[in-house]
Amino acid sequence: MAPHTEQLTAPAVRLAGLTRSFDGRTVLDGVDLELPAGQFTALLGHSGSGKSTLLRAVAGLDHEVEGGGELTAPERVSVVFQDSRLLPWRRVLDNVLLGAEGKEAAERGRAALAEVGLAGRERAWPSELSGGEAQRAALARSLVREPELLLADEPFGALDALTRIRMHGLLRELWKRHRPSVLLVTHDVDEAIVLADRVLVLENGRIGLDLTIDRPHPRSYRDPLLGEYRERLLAALGVTEDLA
Amino acid sequence: MSTTTTTTTSAAAAPPPAAGAPGVRRRTRRSLSPGKRLPAAGLIGPLAVLALWAAASAAGRLDPGAIPAPWTVLRTAGHLWTEGTLATDVATSLRRAAYGFAIGLTAGVVLALASGLSRVGEALIDGTVQLNRAIPTLGLIPLFILWLGIGETFKIAIIAIVVYIPVYLNTHAALSGIDSRFVELAEVQGLSRLAFVRRIVVPGALPGFFVGLRLGVTGSWLGLVVLEQINATSGLGYMMFQATNYGQSDVILVGLLIYGVFGLVSDSAVRLVERRVLSWRRTLNS
Ligand SMILES: Nc1ncnc2c1ncn2[C@@H]1O[C@H](COP(=O)(O)OP(=O)(O)O)[C@@H](O)[C@H]1O
Ligand SMILES: [Mg+2]
Repeated sequence: MAPHTEQLTAPAVRLAGLTRSFDGRTVLDGVDLELPAGQFTALLGHSGSGKSTLLRAVAGLDHEVEGGGELTAPERVSVVFQDSRLLPWRRVLDNVLLGAEGKEAAERGRAALAEVGLAGRERAWPSELSGGEAQRAALARSLVREPELLLADEPFGALDALTRIRMHGLLRELWKRHRPSVLLVTHDVDEAIVLADRVLVLENGRIGLDLTIDRPHPRSYRDPLLGEYRERLLAALGVTEDLA
Repeated sequence: MSTTTTTTTSAAAAPPPAAGAPGVRRRTRRSLSPGKRLPAAGLIGPLAVLALWAAASAAGRLDPGAIPAPWTVLRTAGHLWTEGTLATDVATSLRRAAYGFAIGLTAGVVLALASGLSRVGEALIDGTVQLNRAIPTLGLIPLFILWLGIGETFKIAIIAIVVYIPVYLNTHAALSGIDSRFVELAEVQGLSRLAFVRRIVVPGALPGFFVGLRLGVTGSWLGLVVLEQINATSGLGYMMFQATNYGQSDVILVGLLIYGVFGLVSDSAVRLVERRVLSWRRTLNS
């Protein structure tokens, strides 16, 4: 895969006036957004604010949803869901290779599994994996397609706190090596701040806050300079910290 | 290829117990699981019944006219096999069941695929089968005798209908009950329609298919027994029916035993295939 150039000019994703509604209830109300190629972006929002709706629109998964607006997205898009969504009747490697055929793909599949730390587990059944391992396999499956855009919908939401921290490191590592554009949906402000270079807040069907986080990686949760970002994001989400 | 399962996450060992808590004795909690299976658990009950039967016969507590002793039954079976028509009767019965089962199985699977994978197929087939299901198949016997005569064709047709219905119903339900999350996954991974059916729909429907298959196997024997006892001039059921007229309870028991063996063997065969095909279902503790 050719490395992306650092200049962030050509947008990988462009949304203009994107609207989506369910039964007449507007969820996305004219979202305008550009994601530069190779950028790591997080999307925050309350539960029910329409994050998944937005992500599914970008992934082209919302066949029967009403709505309009313009949407451009790259050819090769991968999605990681909150559940690992491994097919229980296929071994781990075969799951990773779902939709990728041939000998050369098998090699890439093995390499991807090794990259996420699952070398040697190729022939395991999904039921034999822990939650974290299953989610790593799902990451490997998304890598095999060499995506230009990686969409992740609360991919670590079901994991315990320790596993989540390790997965953060892994995701950031994979992004550095492959440089896809990433749109990470999360409801966890800290996760967004630690991982992303840009954080968006979805509120009332639009992007309410667009924040660039200009701190070096790897970041620590305890970095006091991140506290300022946290406060601004929490304020945008309508949470005031002085209650704590 | 050997599968070495090495755990990648080395579990942080729990701290050694007790040092800080003197006087607190840890006892294992009472296990609520029934514990380990006894070896050959499936045979113990039947063998006990057999022993009871033999003991009661030997002690003369059973009327040999109603329930003959086990050895009498065995002797009769040997006698019927070498000098009578038992071998041909068994072959006739097996052939009926096998043909009916094969046709019913094929029809059930083909119809379920046609109706589960296409909306047109579903519109044409599903309602029709549901209607067919509402009529107890054995109730069709008089009509089928009129149509097909009282020969083999009619018997095979009835057995095929008894088999196809559970196969169809369960396979169709499994095919159309495919998890929508997996549909979404297939779209994300860019699977073609054919690949989607082959890699996701069909393997996902196999557990349901096997439920139908087991019911179909049971159904084929049930159909066979009923058909042979009401309208047959050969076969096991006919042999038993004749024996009733002559008061030969040992012959009837021979017939029942053979039916039992049929059922047991076919069910074990299906279980074996199921275990192979659905090996991914075996959980860690089995
Ligand atoms: N398929 C659907 N049918 C009807 N309503 C839906 C559907 N999907 C989402 N919604 C509604 O749209 C809103 C946004 O949902 P979602 O995008 O899943 O929120 P989030 O991911 O931010 O928690 C919610 O109120 C939800 O009830
Ligand atoms: Mg969501």
